[in-house]
Amino acid sequence: MASDTLAGSPRTDAEISGLDALEIAGQEKAPSRLRRGWSALWPKLAALALAIALWQAVVWTGWKDPWALPGPAVVFEDLGHYLVSSALWEGLATTARRAAVGFAAAVSVGLLLGLAVARVKVLRAALGSMITALQTMPSIAWFPLAILLFQLSEQAIFFVVVLGAAPSVANGVIHGVDYVPPLLVRAGRNLGAHGLNLYRYVIAPAALPAIVAGLKQGWAFAWRSLMAGELLVVIATRTSIGAQLTYARELSEAPRLMAIMIVILVVGLLVDAAFGAADKAIRRRWGVLDQAGN
Amino acid sequence: MTSTTTTPRSATGSVALRGVTKVYGQGEQAVLALDGVSLDVAPGEFVCLVGASGCGKSTLLNLVAGLDRVSGGRIDLGEGVNPGLMFQESALFPWLTVEGNVEVPLKLRGLPRAERRARVAELLRTVHLSEFGRKRPHQLSGGMRQRVALARTLALDTPVLLMDEPFGALDAMTRDILHDELERIWSERKLTVIFVTHNVREAARLADRIILLSSRPGRIIYSTEVDVPRPRRIDSPEIAAIAADVTDRLRTEVGRHGQ
Repeated sequence: MASDTLAGSPRTDAEISGLDALEIAGQEKAPSRLRRGWSALWPKLAALALAIALWQAVVWTGWKDPWALPGPAVVFEDLGHYLVSSALWEGLATTARRAAVGFAAAVSVGLLLGLAVARVKVLRAALGSMITALQTMPSIAWFPLAILLFQLSEQAIFFVVVLGAAPSVANGVIHGVDYVPPLLVRAGRNLGAHGLNLYRYVIAPAALPAIVAGLKQGWAFAWRSLMAGELLVVIATRTSIGAQLTYARELSEAPRLMAIMIVILVVGLLVDAAFGAADKAIRRRWGVLDQAGN
Repeated sequence: MTSTTTTPRSATGSVALRGVTKVYGQGEQAVLALDGVSLDVAPGEFVCLVGASGCGKSTLLNLVAGLDRVSGGRIDLGEGVNPGLMFQESALFPWLTVEGNVEVPLKLRGLPRAERRARVAELLRTVHLSEFGRKRPHQLSGGMRQRVALARTLALDTPVLLMDEPFGALDAMTRDILHDELERIWSERKLTVIFVTHNVREAARLADRIILLSSRPGRIIYSTEVDVPRPRRIDSPEIAAIAADVTDRLRTEVGRHGQ
């Protein structure tokens, strides 16, 4: 410490740390992880139980014959067999690979497109609203064209998956870049971030929450498009979850049909939950999580 | 605490404005924000710019910081000097920790990892936040965030510090303490500071020289040296007298727009 000190005497140091301690005291509140997990979990379990009960109630009314609408017990028993069958895992492997490849392609296209539209004025005027319009197009409506272009092949499925998911990803990027706080950009430029560095150090991280939201929505579209595609584009030599669903209907195997639907639901939910967790982790780091922890 | 390593390499630190003019918009819509502002700030000088709304204080800082272009006139900084800029809001990056924020300018200058660590630790000691390096901005109080922002700006190793109402959003007690802190760091590091505020007392507390700007367009209408020895107190009679004088002139200027 300089001897000609103007301020910075021990008294001031004590004042500073005292004020800091006072101002940030009582900020941390941490209910146990277990308790938080449980309070998030039980309403979901209760809703699930209610749904199954309703299902069973409908079956008991005899509204439909059991071969068309089996009860939960039959379906879950079949699901048990299905889960240990090689058919499921082979089908799931094909479907998961298609989902991963299709979604990855959609993300690359969406990121590039989003960045280009966010940066280039002409492109924004030309494509901005078209991207949103694409989003409203039901992906199943693309399949006739896709089948004309690519026949009954995986390319047809990928074509529709990318068209379904890329606009959401692109919109996430555009939205994210548009809403980067200008103050952070000015601060970044002042700290020496120019050109690509400005994107790397300021714009990309600032846009990240919106991009993750876009990815999450893109995933939902990709999964739906993929299922629609697998139902329509059945490739005989390669089993997939969607193809099995089609077969189950053709063979009137109602319990299996519903077991497959449950698998589709659970896979979709699991991936969605992964994106949700990523989104939440980001918002927690940024301190923009609301009081309820949502 | 040794801060000798951070003495700016470019020892200049002088800022010279020559007839600086700034016009926003074009044609009939054009607004003259600054009109022929000339100002010489000596190395190590602490200058406070005071003015009412619309005097172009923030515009002036943006121009000096190089974030905006002058419409006329010239701004001369020393060779290779990039002034550091602080805002009323801390403008910290919420996705980085306190340490991460301070590290950004060091990374951008390509300093090796070990050196960055040492520098970050030293800068956080300077602003008394060593214990808070791992926290995120939202976990800190407003005053603490501004100290992080100050440390991050100091990491630029620049001799010129531009401050745009940096303490405007803080409570009086926190502001007093930050005045002491800023004064200490300014004198230790021999910085040149241009500090914009609408708080005349704050200006009298901190400045070597107070510059009063007129509003719409911004012109320098008054300048006065603050000959009060440091350390100063914001509630001392000498500071109050200077603040009263500047406030009177400011009121006259504001009143001119009332007719």
